[in-house]
Amino acid sequence: MNALRQAKQEAAASLLDGATLPEAGGWSRAAREDALARLRAMGLPSKRDEYWKFTDPGTLTAREAPKAVTFDHGEPPVFDAIDRLKIVFVDGVFDAEASDDLSLEGIEIARLAETGSADIHWAGDVYGRLEARGQSPVERPLAALNTALAHDGVLIRVSKTPSRPVSLIYHHKDDSSDAMLHHVVKLEKGASFTLLENGPAAARFNKCLEVDVADGAAFHHVRAQGRDHERRAITHMFARLGEESTFKSFTLTVNGKLTRNECIIELTGDNAVAHVAGAALGDGDFVHDDTVFITHDAEDCESRQVFKKVLRNGATGVFQGKILVQPDAQRTDGYQKSQSLLLDGDSQFLAKPELEIYADDVACSHGSTSGAIDEEALFYLRARGIPEGTATDFLTLAFLAEAVEEIEDETLAEEIRGRLEGWLARRRG
Amino acid sequence: MLEIKGLEVKLEEEDKQILKGVDLSVEAGKVHAIMGPNGSGKSTLSYVLSGKDGYEVTAGSAELEGADLLDMEPEERAAAGLFLAFQYPVEIPGVGNMTFLRTAVNAQRKARGQEELSATEFLKDIRAKAKDLKIDAEMLKRPVNVGFSGGEKKRNEILQMAMLEPKMCILDETDSGLDVDAMKLVADGVNALREAGRGFLVITHYQRLLDHIKPDVVHIMSDGRIVKTGGPELALEVENNGYADIVSEVA
Ligand SMILES: Nc1ncnc2c1ncn2[C@@H]1O[C@H](COP(=O)(O)OP(=O)(O)O)[C@@H](O)[C@H]1O
Ligand SMILES: [Mg+2]
Repeated sequence: MNALRQAKQEAAASLLDGATLPEAGGWSRAAREDALARLRAMGLPSKRDEYWKFTDPGTLTAREAPKAVTFDHGEPPVFDAIDRLKIVFVDGVFDAEASDDLSLEGIEIARLAETGSADIHWAGDVYGRLEARGQSPVERPLAALNTALAHDGVLIRVSKTPSRPVSLIYHHKDDSSDAMLHHVVKLEKGASFTLLENGPAAARFNKCLEVDVADGAAFHHVRAQGRDHERRAITHMFARLGEESTFKSFTLTVNGKLTRNECIIELTGDNAVAHVAGAALGDGDFVHDDTVFITHDAEDCESRQVFKKVLRNGATGVFQGKILVQPDAQRTDGYQKSQSLLLDGDSQFLAKPELEIYADDVACSHGSTSGAIDEEALFYLRARGIPEGTATDFLTLAFLAEAVEEIEDETLAEEIRGRLEGWLARRRG
Repeated sequence: MLEIKGLEVKLEEEDKQILKGVDLSVEAGKVHAIMGPNGSGKSTLSYVLSGKDGYEVTAGSAELEGADLLDMEPEERAAAGLFLAFQYPVEIPGVGNMTFLRTAVNAQRKARGQEELSATEFLKDIRAKAKDLKIDAEMLKRPVNVGFSGGEKKRNEILQMAMLEPKMCILDETDSGLDVDAMKLVADGVNALREAGRGFLVITHYQRLLDHIKPDVVHIMSDGRIVKTGGPELALEVENNGYADIVSEVA
């Protein structure tokens, strides 16, 4: 065994020293123990790992969560005006008072903390399973850590399309909270479902979402990661897509010292469609990392990645995106775009786009760019009387538009646009 | 209206003098034309007047109704009443034509201490003006100049001019790339705006446009200077004999 592996394993052992698995005697016990074994074997991520070169995992793997003061932005929370079933967590702890009743026709919602010790549960087919599949060829130890130790989360089974979305709301109150949640969503054949997520969650947040999309089902996901400036987050989203199914996910990230969003999708049924998009806005002490891995393992599937980042005052953006096309995945349509708009010379964008293709009949493209505001366009707008600040915002929003357009629901898209405008306007004072 | 005196301009990045002492005065209610060979500095003059980066004014002055233009930001010049119809209108993906124009109109009104136009007032106004220029609703909805033909871009410039109602209009080769019908539309658009309080500076390479927009004064620019000034007949002289004669005559 090489020295790096050994050091990583030792780091894992030391982090796990004294840690106990959440009280779980039933179905989730085996999944948690397996995850623990995976983690011990992989070890913790290190700066020397290929996929951690750009983002230092140090504060994510530290024993104690670095403190993060909460930030009151004084605006109504995102999605406030949308009719939805609300499930609230405060610093990662379920808040029954603030949450709605967990019943909604067509779906079944349970809490991980309450069902973990049942002997049999439908979530057993998914919990930790998709995560385990997603560990190869790239290791994701912090997801295994999550599967093993997550103290709560929601398990959602969708058998018929419900009348409204489920909204997970993550409040952050305690400066040193360290939260770990693990959610499972299982869509039965032909069902569609929208999941919303918002809020900073905790000083440090480790979240894992596993989504199993059966044939003909459609999953929509819009998330707005909270605005706290000092928060840190590592999130994983693992998805498996059946035949003719759809998976569409959009993430808005503003602020935060460190955010790494990993997205691992496997298209396993023919004619499946997966779109993942993100808009990230960072000003100053901000590192935002999108790490995406999409595997085409069936014919005639489409995948699309659109990631845009606006960076200023020394903010850092990272994009690591891969499309892997397996030998049988003929007529794959894979698209990947990652772009950053650097509003000053101090900010940086580090990108690693990758294509690995083993089928012969495929159309895949990727493009990664990094640029400043278009001076010609800026002058044109100003020459018509639009002040420089407003003109810059216009061009910034125009840059982000392509990512936001990935949100299918126009009301949700408008909600996100409003947030982007607000963020930019506040920075102009 | 527009008073330019001894204007000398060099490129900021390199040691290249482009305008070598331009004197020009456009009175309210008048149309002045500037003609001249390619590369003589016509576009540079229009850019410097409207505040584009990359140029350094080394001598001279430019005033709009007594206000020092060169001391203002581009948006302040626009609010003061200066308008440039670009030789090459810029495409701006992601910014809707309507939103752009409404923001521009209201930003100027705000800067001048006027009340902003309501969405309805603005819509009514733009629909009427777009119709005159044969710009359809679909074009208004598209991103600024994206997917527009050359002629559509130029008509869009005139629409912006009509909406912004500037005091001093500079048109930089608005005729280039236009067929006869489009040129007529553009000229009608310009002529409709001619009035006692408004000045025009029409930059053109050919005499053609001046058949439709009758100038009061014609200037010939060559190598960064106005080398000859005359009446509309000067444009005809250029049309018949080219620039060579005039330029060599003064050299
Ligand atoms: N940004 C620039 N960089 C380099 N050369 C320029 C620039 N702007 C103008 N010039 C030069 O200045 C001269 C005048 O150009 P321009 O004003 O465009 O002339 P016109 O509009 O009369 O054709 C030309 O020689 C042109 O190449
Ligand atoms: Mg020119």
